[in-house]
Amino acid sequence: MTLTMLLIVGAALIGTGLYGALSQQSFVMLMMGLELMLNGIMLYAVAFWALAGHGIPEGQLLTIIVMAVMAIEMAMGFALVVAVFRTSQADTTEALQDLKH
Amino acid sequence: MVGIWTDITFYLCAAIAVFSGWRVFRTDSMVRASFLLLISFLAVGVIMLLLAAVYLGTALFFMMAVEMMVMALFMVMFMMNPAGLNPMNMVHQPWVAALLGFAVFTGLSLVAVYGEFPANPAPADLDPVRSLGRELLGDSMLVFESAGIALLATMIGTVVLSSHRGRYGPANEGSEPPGLDPGGPPAKSAAQKQQQREEQKEQEEDKQDHDQ
Repeated sequence: MTLTMLLIVGAALIGTGLYGALSQQSFVMLMMGLELMLNGIMLYAVAFWALAGHGIPEGQLLTIIVMAVMAIEMAMGFALVVAVFRTSQADTTEALQDLKH
Repeated sequence: MVGIWTDITFYLCAAIAVFSGWRVFRTDSMVRASFLLLISFLAVGVIMLLLAAVYLGTALFFMMAVEMMVMALFMVMFMMNPAGLNPMNMVHQPWVAALLGFAVFTGLSLVAVYGEFPANPAPADLDPVRSLGRELLGDSMLVFESAGIALLATMIGTVVLSSHRGRYGPANEGSEPPGLDPGGPPAKSAAQKQQQREEQKEQEEDKQDHDQ
């Protein structure tokens, strides 16, 4: 388990997540892509903390902040899905082609 | 001996994390997709535990278990085909997305392989939980509390966005779109345009029937 291997695994997660976020039509699947990218970023942060940063506590703090970002993204994303579904019964990005006025 | 098992566990978890992450976008069932994402997160949590980030790995387990259950519930409530009974392929621009994803993976991997990082591992006698706790409630308390405030704002925003609109009816009731020209008649909304198109189509069909 070297830093290089950990970073490559993180890169694979970020690449897969980017593919998902760009290619999915459904809102929730799109959010899953974002979550997968944040997953890779957390792995990066922990890998650097453990193997390159001499265990400084700010490394762990960064991971906690990424977790908070993840929770915020998820909650706001679901709230937006509910709001969009209420107004236009849409659950895919393609259905939202028009602005309100 | 311990080192070998650590390596084996790491490679296993890495393979599981990447494979299930990829399968998220390849499965027909959206509920299954959220559970595959959960598996990917759990595998990353195990890697964190291997790296001695005890608190973070455990927190990731708990957080993701709850989050993915909520996601699965949302899939059942809102999305078509949550059980995967029909083949599903709801994608747009798949090749551009795949190309960009691969480019990002290649770029980051090149940085990982050819970049020079300090080999400066955490000291063996470090207590990660204690050091994190001291940081959170010590020097970085402002950052930590700011994250808390941001989460509070998220809660308020979520309730505002997802609740019914106002006790006096919809906020946009009676509002009209602005005119296309300054002072001109209001432009038609998308719903009105759609209605007009349908009416025209019906009229044309009636006319055709009439002609026949």
